[in-house]
Amino acid sequence: MATVTPKAPAPGGPPNPAAGATPPPAGDPGAAYRGPGVLRRLLRHRAAVLGGTIVLIIVLTALLADVIAPYDPIRGRLADMLQPPSPEHWMGTDEQGRDILSRIIHGSRISLQVGLVAVGISLTTGTLIGAVSAYFGGWFDLLVMRIIDILLAFPSILLAIAITAILGPSLTNAMIAVGIVGMPVYARLVRASVLSLREQDFVQAARAAGGGHGRILWRHILPNALAPLIVQSTLSIGTAMLDAAGLSFLGLGAQPPAPEWGAMLSGAQVYIQLAPWVVTFPGLAIMVAVLGFNLLGDGLRDVLDPRLRR
Amino acid sequence: MLVVIFLLMRAIPGDPARLMLGERASPEQVEALREQMGLNDPLHVQFAAFLGDVLRGDLGTSLQSRQPVTAELMARYPATVELAIFAMLLASALGILAGVVSAVWRNSLLDYGVMAGALVGVSMPIFWLGLILMMFFSVRLQWLPAGGRLDARMMWDGATQFVVLESLLRGQWTTFVTGLRHLILPGIALATIPLSIIARITRSSMLEVLNLDYIRTARAKGLPNWRVNFRHALKNALLPVVTIIGLQVGLLLGGAVLTETIFSWPGIGRYIVVAIGARDYPVVQGGILLITLGMILVNLLVDLIYTLIDPRIRYQ
Repeated sequence: MATVTPKAPAPGGPPNPAAGATPPPAGDPGAAYRGPGVLRRLLRHRAAVLGGTIVLIIVLTALLADVIAPYDPIRGRLADMLQPPSPEHWMGTDEQGRDILSRIIHGSRISLQVGLVAVGISLTTGTLIGAVSAYFGGWFDLLVMRIIDILLAFPSILLAIAITAILGPSLTNAMIAVGIVGMPVYARLVRASVLSLREQDFVQAARAAGGGHGRILWRHILPNALAPLIVQSTLSIGTAMLDAAGLSFLGLGAQPPAPEWGAMLSGAQVYIQLAPWVVTFPGLAIMVAVLGFNLLGDGLRDVLDPRLRR
Repeated sequence: MLVVIFLLMRAIPGDPARLMLGERASPEQVEALREQMGLNDPLHVQFAAFLGDVLRGDLGTSLQSRQPVTAELMARYPATVELAIFAMLLASALGILAGVVSAVWRNSLLDYGVMAGALVGVSMPIFWLGLILMMFFSVRLQWLPAGGRLDARMMWDGATQFVVLESLLRGQWTTFVTGLRHLILPGIALATIPLSIIARITRSSMLEVLNLDYIRTARAKGLPNWRVNFRHALKNALLPVVTIIGLQVGLLLGGAVLTETIFSWPGIGRYIVVAIGARDYPVVQGGILLITLGMILVNLLVDLIYTLIDPRIRYQ
């Protein structure tokens, strides 16, 4: 016991000295993101830079929406209805005379919020379930994982539709539904990481030093399982935005007159012949935003977790 | 799975008996119907009854049409299956071809183009793509129909609802061509995401195989490139691709909900959306059950296909 030090390592830092002076094992999932050159490598990854730039533009647009949007996104002038793109209205106007560009700019707030909140729900619940299930193992793990498998067996958008049908159509409920649907992936991911980490020397040492279950999970295991979670979260934000837009398109998510991109497309189908710009721009906004997060997620995966690279 | 669906549907707010009888029904009438429907029984008794009904193929009665849900769903399921099969064939054929081309000419402009296309493809909202396709090919160019399974003036009198397949087998060429033309736009919209994923997986799987020794040997023997790429490499690169194709079926069946809504496709997905709006929960429950069962069945089929692709895999 002489080699065991009661002092816990910093999260994300090197394992407890109790693990000895040996370098971290090759399979240590946390090893890749601890290096100082992560940002440098990310900046050299062209796709990640492009994705990061798109994401940055969306974040800035969302933050500065009130300043940069040329018109009110909710109130329009009926005299201006269905105007084609022009110097006054760069993306034209919709059936209520509202400026589409202004609605897209304000919609970036909603889409970003949907992506972040839904992934936040998936990440926290999935991590908690996966970590506790793997750490304690036994019949509890077996039961929880069967439930996770069942949830994974449902087509995601269908499950999201069913959950929103129960909770009632609203943006908040759509975020909850998309969050629940995304949860099983995190539970599986964290479970796999925890299963491999819980037997490692530094965890055994922390246990021998008298660390409680919660502390060992939170301070020693989870920081080392972060890399795949960061990658998965970034990739999931795009998917969450797509699913939530799909729900809004079906009338189950954001309700009019909210300038949500999917909801904007919902009523646009009628004007497909008369005013194609009403259909074109909101969809383009969804695609570019999702593309940005996907590119950034792909780049992060290549940099942080090369084992997952395809 | 049945437990999850059962509990989800019981959680939907609103009294089914009240919905069936309408707002003007008296509380006594509602109570009598609740008793008749077994809604006053404890949950486990309700579940046992539900399980028995499902095993007998009885999914209840639609609150809207008052018709048996099983019959209503079965009348629409072929439309969804036909669309999903068409989209999957399209996605598999083009996705595998794109992946092989990309791997063989890796780091070329073609490779970059295909992979950029695949990345855009997975980021595409399919309901928007459906609208854009409709805008160009139906409204502007008037090349393809915008919705439905057949032209409005055509009547379908086949034995099944597999319009394209049955008309092909019966040699009804006009119906076949019309049905196929109606399939193209929703098929492309539905195929886009799986196509992109299949192309990416095929590329990475092919790149791994192309570096193996036996490929070098095959080339050293003087075999033509196409033969090495398609007969030797692709065959061994297919296993992960087939797995992904199997997993995409769920995405396809789920995506059918959106695609069918846009293209007025009379399938199960659109039916579920309408049923949700009307809170017709027996239909929603039956529809989700049928789609999920279809997905599980396909994954079982994929497991069996493994043995055909790789004879080393054996099931005890």
